[in-house]
Amino acid sequence: MARLLTPLLFLILIIIAWLSLTFGSTSVSVIGGLIDWLNGEQTQAALIIGEIRLPRTLLALTVGAALGLSGAALQGLLRNPLAEPGLVGASQGAALGAATVFYFGLFAGFGTLATAVAGLLGAFAALLFMLLLAGSGRPALVIMAGLAISTVAGAALAVVLNFAPNPYAMQELVFWLLGSVSNRGLDSLYILAPALLIGAALILSQRRLLAALSLGEEVAESMGLSVRNGSRLTVLGAACLVGSSVSVAGAIGFVGLLVPHMLRPFVGHRPDRLLIPAALLGAILVCVADIAVRGMPPGRELKLGVLTSLIGAPFFVWLVWKERRRWL
Amino acid sequence: MALISIDNLTVEQRLKGVSLELQRGELLGLIGANGAGKSTLLHAIAGLHKSMGSIKIEGDPINFLPSHERARIVGIQPQAVSSAWSLTVADIVALGRMPWGDEDEGAIERAIERTGVSKFRDRNIDHLSGGERARVWLARVLAGEPQALLVDEPIASLDIHYQLAVMEVLKDYSREDNGVIVAIHDLSLAARFCDRLCLLDNGKMIALGTPKEVLTEELLCHAYGVPVDIELERDPPVVLPR
Repeated sequence: MARLLTPLLFLILIIIAWLSLTFGSTSVSVIGGLIDWLNGEQTQAALIIGEIRLPRTLLALTVGAALGLSGAALQGLLRNPLAEPGLVGASQGAALGAATVFYFGLFAGFGTLATAVAGLLGAFAALLFMLLLAGSGRPALVIMAGLAISTVAGAALAVVLNFAPNPYAMQELVFWLLGSVSNRGLDSLYILAPALLIGAALILSQRRLLAALSLGEEVAESMGLSVRNGSRLTVLGAACLVGSSVSVAGAIGFVGLLVPHMLRPFVGHRPDRLLIPAALLGAILVCVADIAVRGMPPGRELKLGVLTSLIGAPFFVWLVWKERRRWL
Repeated sequence: MALISIDNLTVEQRLKGVSLELQRGELLGLIGANGAGKSTLLHAIAGLHKSMGSIKIEGDPINFLPSHERARIVGIQPQAVSSAWSLTVADIVALGRMPWGDEDEGAIERAIERTGVSKFRDRNIDHLSGGERARVWLARVLAGEPQALLVDEPIASLDIHYQLAVMEVLKDYSREDNGVIVAIHDLSLAARFCDRLCLLDNGKMIALGTPKEVLTEELLCHAYGVPVDIELERDPPVVLPR
């Protein structure tokens, strides 16, 4: 089962990606559209597939993969099944970083990369503060520290919103924060794809550490692994993933929480074997959720991040309930 | 040459100038009251604590060894281990191969065999009893086949059957030309299984020698603050608080 999982998820991902390209208000030939677009022809199919659906699909897949992978990595590193980019403060940190750049035009030298860089810095700073606050060990403290950091970042974000130069800018920012992969264009991929590769490389380089950490920091250290360096690299990798995806697509919550839980029974609960399947399932889920968003009746669009929260939040409540029973 | 030689080992506020040698084929018991420095000493030998003084493995100073090479020679089973995830017993034992970077089936099988966990090798750790778990943790560290095995209170909270089973495993392992140090609270079992004992008190070593030399009323009363009855001539030997 465990061996078949990754190929199986990959197959589903291809099918979902195809569905996502096919699905829309106008019916067009996907292959024809792709060929026309690649040849630079200005047909209707080329425009719809190449300029609208392809970027949207690729973006949903990369954002989902980044969130799924970062969730699996953070849960493994912190030895906590509730660790999730949103719950440990990383998403809020990234949102604060990106929002600040929106307003104050910082990092102008980076051009379009500015929000991504700020998102990454924000996510990294939030995770770093969270780890400092929680100290090592105590899994319960991680969530409390994450909550504290989220609150601080949330307050700072509220200040940014409060001093928004005009109502239109504020509305734009709020909609961006709700999370969506529509109307982003292929340029966003120039930020996301390298961030996904770097983040994944950093995290995968530490998969032995994640496996060893199942038995605690002392055991991992005693087996010759450097817990301190490895944790830093994993946190940096997770910050890369969360920072870039939040800066491009806003906050898409609960994917990082849900995905590792759904997969754990199929990989023998091993945190190291969870990573790649988590990236694949994250990509699948976000892409499916985006198809669902597009399938809603026209009018006011339901944002992707709102949909994932609506599905994910009850799941979180259920997890807390399950944990509670464990301690009773 | 001694497998491990420790000279004037000091850990800030916890250990003061401990010197001892561990020979191959020896089971050395580490005894002393709570907070005497037993765990600190084991952690320092395994490189988990910063320490001053010298630790040599077969004559080579330990700080010159890269951490994974140190981990191949010195294996430690810390006190109170738990698994964050519901891993299978076989996967947990296989983690013990990490210092070697392989999944040597032979070594894993031997560790599973030695500790008698083969019956539940495919079960998840959270479905096992405390006694079964204790043997799994031991199998994990044995899978690395360390020449120097350090075990921190492996029999605390086990029933007498498992206490004996674990001590037998440690004794057998030491007889295969390995050195074993075990921190232990049960003085009767220490007297019964250990070749030598090291008595710590407040971070200082106050006695080192055979059970007969160390388990005296005077030394134990000093270290634990309670009078004890000692009958080492009996088989098995008995040491109990009066």
